This record gives sequence, C-alpha cells and structure tokens, in this order.
Amino acid sequence: MSNSAVETDSHAAHGPELLHHFVTAEQQRNTASLAMWLFLATEVMFFGGMFCAYLIYRYWYYNEFAAGSRSLNIWLGTVNTVVLIGSSLTVALGVRAAQMGKRKLLVVLLLLTLLLGLVFLGVKGVEWHDKYVEHHIPGASFSVADLVREYPQLHIDQSHAQIFFSLYFAMTGMHALHMVIGVGLFIYLTIKAWKGTYGPQYYTPVELGGLYWHFVDIIWIYLFPLLYLIDRKPLK
Amino acid sequence: MATAAVSAERETYLNKEYGIRSWLLTTDHKRIALLYLASITLFFFIGGFFALLIRLELLTPAGDLVLADTYNKLFTMHGQIMVFFFLIPSIPAVLGNFLVPMMIGAKDLALPRINLLSWYLYIAGGALMLYAMVEGGVDTGWTFYTPFSTAFSNTHVVEAGLAIFIAGFSSILTGLNFVVTIHRMRAPGMTWSRLPLFIWAHYATSIIQLLGTPVLAITLVLVVLERTLHLGIFDPNLGGDPLLFQHLFWFYSHPAVYIMILPAMGVVSEVLACFSRKRIFGYAAVAMSSIGIAVIGFIVWAHHMFVAGISLYAALVFSILSYLVAVPSAIKVFNWTATLYKGSISFATPMLYALGFIGLFTIGGLTGLFLAALGIDVHVTDTYFVIAHFHYIMVGGAVMGYMAGLHFWWPKITGRMYPEWWGRLAALIVFVGFNLTFFPQFILGYMGMPRRYWEYPPEFQILNVMSTAGSTILAVGYLLPMVYFMWSLRYGKVVGDNPWGAAGLEWKTSSPPPTFNFDETPEVTWEAYNYDQIPVPEEAWLE
Amino acid sequence: MHEEAHVMSTRMYYGIWITLMVLTVVTAAVSFIDLGPFNTVVALCIATVKALLVVLFFMHVKYASEKLTKLVIASAIFFLILLLSLSMIDYLTRYLA
Repeated sequence: MSNSAVETDSHAAHGPELLHHFVTAEQQRNTASLAMWLFLATEVMFFGGMFCAYLIYRYWYYNEFAAGSRSLNIWLGTVNTVVLIGSSLTVALGVRAAQMGKRKLLVVLLLLTLLLGLVFLGVKGVEWHDKYVEHHIPGASFSVADLVREYPQLHIDQSHAQIFFSLYFAMTGMHALHMVIGVGLFIYLTIKAWKGTYGPQYYTPVELGGLYWHFVDIIWIYLFPLLYLIDRKPLK
Repeated sequence: MATAAVSAERETYLNKEYGIRSWLLTTDHKRIALLYLASITLFFFIGGFFALLIRLELLTPAGDLVLADTYNKLFTMHGQIMVFFFLIPSIPAVLGNFLVPMMIGAKDLALPRINLLSWYLYIAGGALMLYAMVEGGVDTGWTFYTPFSTAFSNTHVVEAGLAIFIAGFSSILTGLNFVVTIHRMRAPGMTWSRLPLFIWAHYATSIIQLLGTPVLAITLVLVVLERTLHLGIFDPNLGGDPLLFQHLFWFYSHPAVYIMILPAMGVVSEVLACFSRKRIFGYAAVAMSSIGIAVIGFIVWAHHMFVAGISLYAALVFSILSYLVAVPSAIKVFNWTATLYKGSISFATPMLYALGFIGLFTIGGLTGLFLAALGIDVHVTDTYFVIAHFHYIMVGGAVMGYMAGLHFWWPKITGRMYPEWWGRLAALIVFVGFNLTFFPQFILGYMGMPRRYWEYPPEFQILNVMSTAGSTILAVGYLLPMVYFMWSLRYGKVVGDNPWGAAGLEWKTSSPPPTFNFDETPEVTWEAYNYDQIPVPEEAWLE
Repeated sequence: MHEEAHVMSTRMYYGIWITLMVLTVVTAAVSFIDLGPFNTVVALCIATVKALLVVLFFMHVKYASEKLTKLVIASAIFFLILLLSLSMIDYLTRYLA
C-alpha cells in the first residue's frame, strides 16, 4: 500500500481528521459531497446564461452561426472531445484506485488526467491561434470576408457573424478557465496522492475533484455539437 | 439553566479569545455574523447617505443641488449599495449565520471556513465598490442596462460590475453553506417538520442564492468583456439584443427580491409566535409557501420588461405568472393574522416591527399586483409608483424584518437587553418616517413623475417636500438604534438564557452562547412553537 | 454518497468509455449527412446520452448516490430549462407579424 520511503499521511490508514462540529466521519464526508454537488448546480446556471445567449442568437442568425461553425476545425474539436472523455475515464479509474488503496496507480491516473487536460488546452490554443490568423477574433480587426466568399449561399451579415465568434470565445474561454483551475486542482491532488494521503478510509478530495472534472467534461460534451456541428452538410 | 450571573467567568464565544486575529481568522459562525453586522451597517449608512442626497435634491423642482450626471450617480450608487451590499446579505449573513446552527442544534455551520471566505469576498467586493465610488462612481442605474453600460457610459462600470460579481460569490457560498447545514447538521429529533420557520425561510432563500446568482455573475462577466475586449453580444450595432441583457439580469434580480424578503418573513414568524404566545397558524402552509415563493419567483422576471420591447404574448404570460407569485405571500399574511387571533399579545419592540412589516408588506405586495397588470404598468412603470412599491417591500418589509430580528435576538447575541422604551420609540419614528417618505411617492408616480429624474414639474413639489421630510424622520429612526444598541453593550440589563420566554433551541443555551453553542447536543422531542409548554417570563420589558 | 462503498469494475468503466468514443465519432459523422432540422435534434440527443453516461456512471450517481444528489441535479437542469424556455417565449413571438 504505502511506500515506506515516502512520507505517509495518516489519513489513508485511519481516515480524515474529524472536524469539531461533525459527529461522525460519514457525516463529514456526506457534507463535503453535498457541497460539491450544489456547487456544480451553480456552475450549471453560470454556464447556462451563455447557453441562453447562444440559443437566442442561433435562432436569430442561423446562417451566420452555420458559417462560423464551418470555420472551426472539426478534427481538432473531435480530438479534443476524445481527449477530454479519456481524461474522465482516467479520473474515474483514479477514484477507484484510491478506493482500493492503490497509491501508485492513483498517482499515475491523476497525472494522466491532468496531462490530458493540458493536451486539451494546447489544442484549444492552436484553434484560437487559427482564429487569430483568420481575423475571426472580435474587435478592431474582425473580418469574415473569407466566409462571405466561401459561403455565398448563406448570405452572411458580417456583424451578426461577430456575435457567433464573441459567443465562441466567451464559452470556450470560460470552459478553458475552468480547465485551468481543474489542472491546478489536480496538481494539488497528485502531490497529496504521492504522499499517501488517500486510501480506502479517505479519498473524498479525489472523488470531489473527479466530480468537478466530469462536470467540465459535460460542458464540453454540449459545446462540441453546439459550436462545431451546427451545419456541416454539403451545400448546394 | 444558567442564571444572569457574572458572565465574565463563564466562557462565551465573545470572551473565548481576544485580539484582532481571533476575530479576523475566526471560523465561529457567531463571530462571523458580527463581522457581517459591522460591515453591513457601514454600507447601510453609506447607501442611506446617498438616499438623503437624492431627497435633498428633490426638495425643489429645479436641479439645483447637483449636476444631472451626478444625480445619476447618486441613485445608481444608492441602489447598488443598498441591494447588493445591504439587503441581500443582511438577514442571512447576520441573523442567519448566528442562528441557523443554533436553531437546529448544531455546533457550527457545515462549512465554517467557507463561511469566513464568504465574509472576505463580501469585504473585497465592498472595497472594490467603494473604490469605484471614490473614483467617480457609476451612472447606469443599479440595473446596468445595455447598451448604455457597455458602450456609452464613461463611468466605472467595470469596477462596479466586478465588485458585485465578487459579492455575488459571497452570497452563493452563504446559500450553499445553509443548504448543506440544514440537510446534514440537524440535531437528533430535529425533523423537517419541527424546524423553526426561520430555517425554512433561509432554506428557500438559499435555493435562490444558489441557482439565481450565477446567472447574474455570467451576465456581469459578459458586460465587463464587452466593455473591455469589445466582445459584443449586447451591442445593437452588431445585431445584438439589449433585451437579452435585461432577460439575463432580471432572471437573477427578480428572485433576488425574494432573497431580500424571505428571511424577513422568517423573522416575522418567530417574533409573532413569541409575542402572541402561540404556535404559528398553519405551519406547513407557511413552510411550503416559502419554497413556493422561491420557485415561482424564478418565472416572473420579465414583468420588469413589459414596456422594454418584449413580445405582447410574452408579456401576457409573465403577467399571469406574476399574479401567481402573490398567492404564497398572501398565504403567509393570512396565517400570521390567524396566529394573532386569540393570542396573548404584547407589544415589545420586535413585535412592533413585525406588525409594521405585515401592514407595509401587504401594501407593497398589493401594489405589485397593480404593476403586474399590463394596462396599469404601461402608465406607472418607470415612475415613482414603482419606487414606492419596492421601497414598501424593501424598507417597510425587509428592513423592518431585519430590525425586528436584531431587537429580538440582541439579548441572545450580546447577553444584554436594549432599552425597551427607546426601542419602541424608534420603531414608531421609523413607521411614521417611512410612510411619510414613501406614501406620497405612490401618488407622485400615479400623477406621472418619472423616476431617475433630477428635476420635475413644480406641481409635484408639495409631495416631494413631504417625502423628503419623511426621509429625515426615517434617518433619525435608524440612528437611534445605533446609539442605544451601543449603549446597551455596556449598560444594558444582563439577561439569562431566555428573556422573552421564546421557543427555539437557541433560547435553551446561555446568552451570549458558548463557542460550541450547547453544553450538550440537544435531543428534540417537541414540536416547534411549543408555547403551551413555555412559561411567560416575568421580565419588565413585556409590560 | 458511498454508503455501500460500491466499487465499479474496470470493465464497466472501459465499456462506458468505448460507448462515449463511439457516440463522439457518430455525432461528428452524422453532422455531414443532411437530415434537415433533425441534425440539431440528433446532435443534442447524442450529447445528452453522453452527458447521462458520465453523470450516471463516472460520477457514480446510478450506483452510489442519495436521492438528494439526484434532486440537486434535477433542480439544476429544471431551472436551466426555465431560463431557456421562458426567454424563448419572448424571442419566438416577437416578430410574428
């Protein structure tokens, strides 16, 4: 179980330090779990505001949204989706490893999770760079003349297209920010796991970190079709 | 049962540790409540100061005290500070923090460190807001409507927006803490149906804080992004819809008004029961109506937008839904009235405020129904009628509820009684001052005086003078408690566990309570409001 | 939360993962086929199935969670739907003429 060469935290073997206002360790655990789920509910509403804006403008400016969507790289988007789902697998297996007291496996899985997260962010950086090069970043140098040329059938209004890209950056940006926070969180968890803090008696932070990570994955599961797959059918 | 003995020897949450670190790094919910009390009081008086300047300007029809732009800043800052830095936190952060664990028999809130974080977030937001004020303020109105706030205003919209964003997080975390606490930390025997209605009220409030505030948060982020990075989604030049901002803003800000009123309703239930020596009539109805208000409160927001440009069909839907939300509020008023019937009534200060609440909240609430009617709204929206409506609820309702609670639980919090006759006098002054300030505004609005205008036609002057006169009386009414509460800390009569003879677990421990609230975890075997089993106390302040 | 400390088998985790991969490929591929208005419906249905798989299995909601957890999830979704649908009532009916 714990490697004697590494400083071992007592939690893994004996359970967490019981805070003074709790009666049992189970109460403490259930409290932490409920708190995380409620926090995730607030995050649903936080992202929900942007989904509301997206819904309305997609309804109004479907053609511009279709063109903007086509200008996104579907392969990179698909790769990122695969990467993120893979990271959800690794963190779920990590929680299981903690439950079973397999410290080294836990560390490996947590590291894999955060590495996959970094891959995701790297790919996102590449995509944003592409948008920069194509003048698709809203602001002074915004131009979708290229899309107007490429999709004359869609009769694109340039200003309406800017709204698509504003939402694209707001939504993927907010998602990426949450990923960055997640990566930071997992660095912390990996270090603690390496020290042997987590085991069958105490793995709450791993479980809660996992819940957060899965939530960020679910946001992407919706962002992918909504941003990348609006309209890819062959145009007449 | 502890007597009013020398409290210096007994360990309480106040004397357990001394020094500023023990306060600024505390995780004791009672100390955090007092930290909030101090900071909220500061913001109340800052917001009130802006109100007095507004009323001073409106003493004369001409705009002669300040410039028009300055006036815009005055009503904006008054609104933002009062809503976000006073009303939203007030009862939950002060009384809720202090009492929720005690009322359910717990040693602390579920997440004490998050509680302290909440306070620091509030202070950070408050500091940023004060900075924005000192740097010149904001002039968009507390509602930040686009495109003025995103594209045209030259004031510190970003700082104010971020300040409210940060304070919003404080609110979310408080709500989260309360929900988790009420689910997980109840003492043995404290079932859901035995919870004081104050707890039900705070549970409902917390749901709103959790699910509504994040939408405000993202909306403010989008406004800040639009202003700084020109990531326009509300910009009409790009085909953006200014009404989208309003939909997202009011999705939070309407339920926010229920964040402000529900806790006050919780206080009223406790106070009314105690000073009628009766259980609240229709406990289940009152508890469920709190949840009902919280849920229905989320589906009425566009009644703030009837003339803004939404479709007529949407306006009809939201109008009907707005009538629906009055039902649970009315249920409460009827149940409170039934509680009073054949009760053994005494008119202590908290009771005066609670009775005032019922009357003034009813007026405010009914005028809300006027506004929910599309035909009437077209004429009185954006006039002083609306201002009077929401001040009746916010000040005549929420603030009076807060005052009732402060007075009711002051002896528990401090171990001292405030001077009762001064309390009653202040309550009376507040009631008179309040009505003189705001009733004329109903008439002004009906006659057509617009809100947010710094000058007005001369025929409106008499009512404005009455309103300003009322506001000075109201100010005196609010200053008096400041003075006598402070006085009571040194000279107030020392009290025992239960000076009011009230029901509730918080009254079964000493005043002030020990750090962990109870010497032994209580085991509850009785129903709430068991006034038939509690003897009437003999103290003099109930004469 | 984990009253029974139910440990899921690795086989189940990998199975869910494979399913999620397949659905990802399917949703990307289907977007190139013209289904008219159903493209959006299909894409959102697949996304929802994927989200459900993550919630139920990776987040342990199916086998190791309280009713309260499910209530919290349902409430969040419910209020989000309120936000989206009631806003759309305005936008869908604004320019009927």
